[in-house]
Amino acid sequence: MSLFAKKVLGVSAALALLGVLLGLYVGAWATDAPPTITASNVSSTSPSSNGTHLTLMTVAAIGPKYSPTHPDWVSYLIKKNGKWIHSTIFTVPAHTVVHVTIYQYDGESGLRNPWLSQVQGTVGGTETVNGKTVNAINPEEASHTWVVPELGIFVPLPGVPEEAKNQCEYAPCEGAAHNTIEFSFYSGKKGRYHWQCFVPCAAGYLYGFGGPMQTLGYMDGFLNVV
Amino acid sequence: MSSNPAAASGGPAGGDASEPNHTLRFGILWVVGTLIALPLAIWVIGPLIGPGSGSEQALGQSTDDTVLAALATPVLTLVVFYLIYASIFFRQERGGVLEGPAVRGHARVQTVWIVVTSLMVLAVAVFGTVRLEAGDGAGSGSGPNPLTVPKGPKLPIQVIAQQWMFTYRYPTYGGVETRELYLPDNENVEFHVTSLDVIHSFWAYKLGVKADANPGVDNIAFVKPTKLESFTVRCAELCGIWHGYMENAGKVVTPTEFTSWIHEQQTKYAPATKVLPKYSTTYLPEPQRRGE
Repeated sequence: MSLFAKKVLGVSAALALLGVLLGLYVGAWATDAPPTITASNVSSTSPSSNGTHLTLMTVAAIGPKYSPTHPDWVSYLIKKNGKWIHSTIFTVPAHTVVHVTIYQYDGESGLRNPWLSQVQGTVGGTETVNGKTVNAINPEEASHTWVVPELGIFVPLPGVPEEAKNQCEYAPCEGAAHNTIEFSFYSGKKGRYHWQCFVPCAAGYLYGFGGPMQTLGYMDGFLNVV
Repeated sequence: MSSNPAAASGGPAGGDASEPNHTLRFGILWVVGTLIALPLAIWVIGPLIGPGSGSEQALGQSTDDTVLAALATPVLTLVVFYLIYASIFFRQERGGVLEGPAVRGHARVQTVWIVVTSLMVLAVAVFGTVRLEAGDGAGSGSGPNPLTVPKGPKLPIQVIAQQWMFTYRYPTYGGVETRELYLPDNENVEFHVTSLDVIHSFWAYKLGVKADANPGVDNIAFVKPTKLESFTVRCAELCGIWHGYMENAGKVVTPTEFTSWIHEQQTKYAPATKVLPKYSTTYLPEPQRRGE
């Protein structure tokens, strides 16, 4: 084999290897999504709690157990069969009232747009915060919002006061200081709807807009209505 | 038939009595072709371009697009016809490897080329500038101090962009903020477009309105809707992971329907309106605990 042919072969092999590595990287990136979790179906003697339930948790830091790559990122978790799972892709049945409970362990950040402090799109246009029914919260006390824009659902989540004892450091946070927020919404027609937090809550990023605010699986996800 | 266009057109290389007059022949072809293509551009292709007739601004843009298409038609036919003509009549014979002779010192051709193209570009620039300002910005964001403003009363609406949603504030109706954009038909609207975070772009295609939403900037755009219809508002500036979902609905309604709707919104959003900051042309909320 001539020197020229060897060079061509070498360059071709290197390019092919580079292409394969790039393909694997892009493929891994494109398919890297949180698992899809189906909401629990609960049978109860109480009609108000009968049906589909989504039980979520918001934490200031997801922790190394759930996210070794980004342990400091703010995130949501979902409870399934008694276990907390790190995911933001949820499946609920269509044309059903979905009962949502969010255990909110994160602190107060405040809303950039106080308009989001009003509850919208839930059954009765209200939420309950630690058992108290409200139609809005103090915008300065907001920690996150759970918003599905296409379904018109806007739920502000008040944060744990700074002075509260027993603040949670890393998920899972059960037992730490928190607010319990409950609301119900009508799921409506089938579709894949994105949901997100509207509070710029990404600690460590410019104005709180980067990292977990821009990455699927932390402060945003999908609601699959099937 | 010569393979030498310079010779054929009586260039410096000299003429050939047996050659047809290519300049005349091509000129006739071009004029005839343009006369056929021009009506097609104006009456067939023109109506397909542009945002349509949802507002005075949209209609103006559609008209401008048609004028530009008409202006471009003779240029297009010139280039396309010449390519076809040259490939047929100035084709080099098979096996020939010689390049054609260089055309030098043809001052008349060069002068005509420079003058005609300069005039065309200048005319388009003047046309564009006049249309932009005569149309009070023609639906574009004209910054906080537009050079021209529509006469008469205008309904101010603030467009607030944030990752990843638009909301709309009506300062003349108690500063109520809504998720949908409703506009009264046949009334001048003054959009004040701003952002709470990164750069977005407010784009209501059917209305012919497009204005950048910059944090800390009051970007003003005017529109006068002329058709009762629904429209979609989209963000036209890549603004983060959910940019593709940053759209919502708008509707042009009669003034009576608008009054009824805005009063409904005032009731619906009363709890939020209570805690909104006083209306301002821009908002720069201080970064709170999370911010750096």
